[in-house]
Amino acid sequence: MFSNNPALYGLTVIIIGVGGCLGYFFLSNLFLDKVLFPASGPNAGRNINRANMIRPWLFLFPALFALVLYLAYPVFETLRLSLTDRDQGGAFVGLANYRQMMDEPKFWEAVQNNMLWLIVVPAISTAFGLLVAQLTDRIRWGNLAKSLIFMPMAISFVGASVIFKLIYDTRPEDQNQIGILNAIWLKLDGGIGSILMLQVLPSILLVGFVVIVASVAWSFVRGIIAKGEDKSVWLLPLRLLVAGGALWLIWVSISSLLGLWIGGLPYGEAQTWLTIPLWNNFFLMVVLIWIQTGFAMVILSAALRGIPEETVEAAIIDGANPFQIFFKIKVPQIMGTIVVVWTTITLTVLKVFDIVFAMTNGQWETQVLANYMYDKLFRANDWGIGSASAIVIMLLVTPILVWNVYNARKEMK
Amino acid sequence: MASIAGKKSALTWAVHISVALLVLLWLFPTIGLFVSSFRTADQISSSGWWAALFPAEQNEVYRAADPDDNRVADGDMFVVKGNIFEGDPRDIRSWGVSSRNVSAYQPGDTAEMKDGESVTLQADGSYVWRGNDKQLSGRGQRIFITATVPPEFTLGNYTTILFSGSGQDNMAKAFFNTLTVTIPATIIPIVVAAFAAYALAWMEFPGRALLIAAVVGFLVVPLQLALIPLLRLHLGIGIGKGYLGVWLAHTAFGMPLAVYLLRNYMVGLPRDIIENAKVDGATDFQIFTRIILPLSFPALASFAIFQFLWTWNDLLVAKVFLIDATGSTTVMTNQIVELLGTRGGNWEILATAAFVSIAVPLAVFFAMQRYLVRGLLAGSVK
Repeated sequence: MFSNNPALYGLTVIIIGVGGCLGYFFLSNLFLDKVLFPASGPNAGRNINRANMIRPWLFLFPALFALVLYLAYPVFETLRLSLTDRDQGGAFVGLANYRQMMDEPKFWEAVQNNMLWLIVVPAISTAFGLLVAQLTDRIRWGNLAKSLIFMPMAISFVGASVIFKLIYDTRPEDQNQIGILNAIWLKLDGGIGSILMLQVLPSILLVGFVVIVASVAWSFVRGIIAKGEDKSVWLLPLRLLVAGGALWLIWVSISSLLGLWIGGLPYGEAQTWLTIPLWNNFFLMVVLIWIQTGFAMVILSAALRGIPEETVEAAIIDGANPFQIFFKIKVPQIMGTIVVVWTTITLTVLKVFDIVFAMTNGQWETQVLANYMYDKLFRANDWGIGSASAIVIMLLVTPILVWNVYNARKEMK
Repeated sequence: MASIAGKKSALTWAVHISVALLVLLWLFPTIGLFVSSFRTADQISSSGWWAALFPAEQNEVYRAADPDDNRVADGDMFVVKGNIFEGDPRDIRSWGVSSRNVSAYQPGDTAEMKDGESVTLQADGSYVWRGNDKQLSGRGQRIFITATVPPEFTLGNYTTILFSGSGQDNMAKAFFNTLTVTIPATIIPIVVAAFAAYALAWMEFPGRALLIAAVVGFLVVPLQLALIPLLRLHLGIGIGKGYLGVWLAHTAFGMPLAVYLLRNYMVGLPRDIIENAKVDGATDFQIFTRIILPLSFPALASFAIFQFLWTWNDLLVAKVFLIDATGSTTVMTNQIVELLGTRGGNWEILATAAFVSIAVPLAVFFAMQRYLVRGLLAGSVK
């Protein structure tokens, strides 16, 4: 009966689920108070204490059970599976899965792309979010504007992928372009305006990016040489990692900068945007940035409102201009929130699957880890490598996990 | 003083304009999809959706009435009179009688053809076709017009997607499947988490701080790790792929956020109320159901919206735990991805399908935005 009528099934499950939960809590409390440790008779006082020791666990049990079975156990089971081979009946194979994965170019492509995503999406989303939060704070229809920019949060990654596929759509030469990006592209003709927009402006942005990356990397690397810095052992790998990542980023930026000027742009030809290596990654990232900016904006806007008025007023009296007030007074005060927003978006990026799956499915060098894992798991049916790549994602998340738990504990004390 | 005031208003204008531009930029993609979902396949493939908002020039072909039935003698010639539009008038820009030159004449002109044959077309579409016996026979004369067509929209795509479409084009079943997944997966975790949150907020027991820290940790554990072990577990204990599995999975995956949000909210409730109730002899169960739950409504609503949006929009969990080989339990996100593969160029189907799946979360979003914002502010780990 249930298999034919999912709605009825769903309703029954709601009633059983909710009723069962309430019933469980009610009856187990009753059992505890009336049968196991009744608050009467010779041992009433001792019984009440015992009942109160057990009661929290009655309240916690269903949630804990779900958390342990569905989140804690899988972490260890995935770790175990990543060390076994399904074809050999689950025999222990040590790190063979990891070694095999490391030999695959597709894996390294996924790692590289994930690194790009990890840097670009949180940075741009947070920057846009901060910009919109600051701008809308000053105008009367700011709430409406915020609400409209926040709206993509409600749209599924799949829905957003369809929306942006329409934007990136390509038609054959002899037809009208119905994708807005190609329609604009065909309007550009290589004149001075096009050069300014497509070569000079991106070059300035890229050079700015390189400078920022280099200065961040330098501030990390300097710690190794300089005196008086914290030279604890566990910081050294972090510093080296940052330096390595920065060098790679600078290399990517400079090579794309050269490509921009040397290659020459194919004006007048409709482009299939999602098949241009490297750039197509950015076209996919735009989707996530479009969704996540609203999130960043909401949180940062609340933080901006929380800034004490006096600090801003004092700066105005001292003659600071609006830009100085924003960058020197406001931003430093909400740095903590910016970090929170940044890490939250980072987590979303690490798990990004739907967008890549729906738009390119990892073709044309757009693979990311989550999609790579899905590929291994359900297409190649290789649970060993699938688990190994899941563990890689877990490792990338772990620093944020530790940081969050550390902060939460500090806050509770 | 005046210069300062002037400067300030210039800056304010700049702010207004840049916010307006940003909002437009953010809305533009969604509007494109929305407009496209109301256009026919021909309209979509002939012009970009932005052109649909304005009147467009369009070439059309009509035929004069069948001369054998309609011709009337006029001296030694014959005449066919009529109106090409038959109740659907257009604004004629120019017209012609040959496919080689479709805009040779203006409305009101007379087209002279071979051997005295002629056609006159008025702006309202009425025509006079004149010729001899041989010329006015067979099929009606073709008339090409270039007309300005006002923006035209249709609900046909929605009819196809929701009712009449067959196979993959029909989203009705997927829509109900999505609802079936979403509603229990939203309600059940709330109940389970609320009890746990109460225990973590208001009951003293050893290990409480550790549990709270663990919940914060679970908040960020990637879903990807849970897929293989849990699928094996579900297959092993006989749940297999189906609704029960996906409900359990969504319930558990939503649990950390639910417990975290609710505990943070409940901790902030006034201690007096709870202690007074205890003094009056209320049990923990009574305190929870009579006092805590009603007071925590805003937090419950925040989480409900999150969980609803997340389960409605989810693709991965449904693909792994729900959709089996028969595909009878497919959800909308999955069907759209399949449509992207099979009907990649049919934007009227794709846009409408996507909009159907987006519409419900958007409605929820605009109706309950307040709670969503509150939840976001409470839920991002500080």
